Amino acid sequence: MSEDIAISVRNAGKAYTLVHNQARHTTLAEAALERIRHPFRRQNKETFWALRDISFDIRQGDVVGIIGRNGAGKSTLLKVLSQITQPTTGEIDLWGRVGSLLEVGTGFHPELTGRENIYLNGHILGMRKKEIDRQFDAIVDFAGVEQFLDTPVKRFSSGMYVRLAFAVAAHLDSEILIVDEVLAVGDTDFQKKCLGKMKDVARSGRTVILVSHNMAAVGNLCNSALVIRNGQLMFQGDTNQAIAFYAQQNASIARTHRDPSEFRPKWARNLIRSATVRNAAGHEQGTFLMGSDIRIDMTFQEDAVGPLGAPVMGIVLNHSTMGIVGGVNTRMTAFEPQRGVYHNGTMSCTLKRPPFLPGTYSVDLWLGDGHADVDCLLGFVTFDLETADVYGTGRPPAQKLGVIFLDAEWNLDANPDEVSTRENAAVVATS
Amino acid sequence: MTVKTAVTASLGNRRPPLLKIRPRVGVAAINIREVWQFRDLLISLAGRDVRLRYKQTMLGAAWVVLQPLLGAGIFAFVFGAVANLSAGNVPYFIFSYVGLLGWNVFNTTLSKSSVCLVGNSQLISKIYFPRLVLPLSTVPSALIDFAVAAAMLIILLPLYHLHPGIEILLMPVFLTLIVLLSIGIGLVTAALTVSYRDVQYILPVLTQFLLYASPVAYPVSRVPLRFQRIYFLNPLSGLFEAFRWSILGTDGGQMRLGATLYASAVCVIVFVFGVWAFKAMERRFADII
Repeated sequence: MSEDIAISVRNAGKAYTLVHNQARHTTLAEAALERIRHPFRRQNKETFWALRDISFDIRQGDVVGIIGRNGAGKSTLLKVLSQITQPTTGEIDLWGRVGSLLEVGTGFHPELTGRENIYLNGHILGMRKKEIDRQFDAIVDFAGVEQFLDTPVKRFSSGMYVRLAFAVAAHLDSEILIVDEVLAVGDTDFQKKCLGKMKDVARSGRTVILVSHNMAAVGNLCNSALVIRNGQLMFQGDTNQAIAFYAQQNASIARTHRDPSEFRPKWARNLIRSATVRNAAGHEQGTFLMGSDIRIDMTFQEDAVGPLGAPVMGIVLNHSTMGIVGGVNTRMTAFEPQRGVYHNGTMSCTLKRPPFLPGTYSVDLWLGDGHADVDCLLGFVTFDLETADVYGTGRPPAQKLGVIFLDAEWNLDANPDEVSTRENAAVVATS
Repeated sequence: MTVKTAVTASLGNRRPPLLKIRPRVGVAAINIREVWQFRDLLISLAGRDVRLRYKQTMLGAAWVVLQPLLGAGIFAFVFGAVANLSAGNVPYFIFSYVGLLGWNVFNTTLSKSSVCLVGNSQLISKIYFPRLVLPLSTVPSALIDFAVAAAMLIILLPLYHLHPGIEILLMPVFLTLIVLLSIGIGLVTAALTVSYRDVQYILPVLTQFLLYASPVAYPVSRVPLRFQRIYFLNPLSGLFEAFRWSILGTDGGQMRLGATLYASAVCVIVFVFGVWAFKAMERRFADII
């Protein structure tokens, strides 16, 4: 990896003008009519900054992930870097040709055959005819559509369609490659292929910018990452730190400060006053990466009936669609507060590496005084879990398979025969 | 040099950047070299248009030949037979055929280039390429249609005992001027259509008007003298007369030097203006399409 810079961005900004108090005129007739009716009315314009004062450098050979919420400005940044839209402010310097893959299959025409579309799409992406000729076989092989080359693309299955589209773009031979969320296409086999191809690209020394919501892929492929929020660059640095930063940002405070009485059944006393969800460092957070520690704090205070004896607390976790997924209380874990008269206090429960799959979870809080349950809040706090690279392989667990992911170790007890070299090569190529 | 650029320079980049992206103020320079670099794309897009037109049609390529014949045939019937319009010494069918030859290049190029941007909005919002390539890619397909229809003339002219003279060598010049004019207008309408979608609907009305205001179905000699000054303000008047003259000789059209030079100048000016206007509006395309 050289010290040479591939991309240099200084104070880049992109502003859009929003017009208020009337729709933007899309026909000449409307525009003319409006001008006649209100010759002096000025449009109420507002400037919306999609990108604001962004500066960063990317070195040759870096594989950089850009992460952020939807609407943060990631795609706008890619469009500016790809020269599709002009920056409003700033200076961008590029040392290398840019190939952008912002959408899979752009330019594909359903009436043209697979072969014709490979050439058309290749030209659209900036490849010369000679380049496409050279890579033609590799593209067809990658997509696996050899028998369908002369069939109109509208007859392709959706899987074949995206495979072909990605295959053309994957063979773009530019020094800088910009990819926007296109790794999520196709079935799992194909996604494996795409990930593998991206790894090859990364290893070949090309500079890659990757925007993705798949934190597992980002964590696995990228050696550094940028976090964008509301058009501004919030973090630049090591990928894992960036991912952690991003996860922490998504603290939705509003979720946990609700009125407890709405969640309390009739028989319960008014003891639990508030509860929060926090990360391992103690900061309030609403979205967590799967497998990361989650801390739930409950604050209780005596009510009119009287104070508590040694409190017993429990939590029950519910998945938004799968029902109860687990629960634990202080008794099970042999946590015994010292005896006394409790007027108030805060109990915190830290779930160590909860093995739950991504989704939305709600927590029931239970409080007992050693003899019986005295208070309960059902579904009082909620949190989300997002995909993360829990196995460290870039491949997250299957998301629809149940509610938990399993920590497994594999062993094979067998004696395979030696495979001939040609078959061997084929086996290696498909993994 | 600002502090920031000093830092960049010190990080060891000896070569200057391949590309500098800056916010652009004013009209961008026309980068001919870039359009040349993307010539494969231009050819590909033109090829796509041609292929699409004739795929899955019953008559297929035969349609390319039938269209001009049918067009001239209808004109011959309506204007020649019904309205009893004569074209002088030239049989009306041939007269209108040659007229339509030029008109179709103009009309096809203009109408196709007007919608080429909004019709390819996906490309514009997701891919980088010089936007000029899109309207320019409508020209090859119009020229292919022209070539086929012109080839028919090789069969038709001897049938009517007509032979083109030396003037035919000037035909490519007039053809080029027609293309320049239609592309020039097309660039402006293409850019306008991005902002105002009804331009693509207003355009056919205007071209219909132009069709009858130009000497396509009738010769200029039939226009009353008192209208001829205004008539020749339309650059297509001088241009189509000259075009027909180059193929059919003086029987086909009057080659008035003044009118022709005026028309040529207008064509070039409109083309240059069109390119300038297109480049001026180009930077907003991806944002508003």
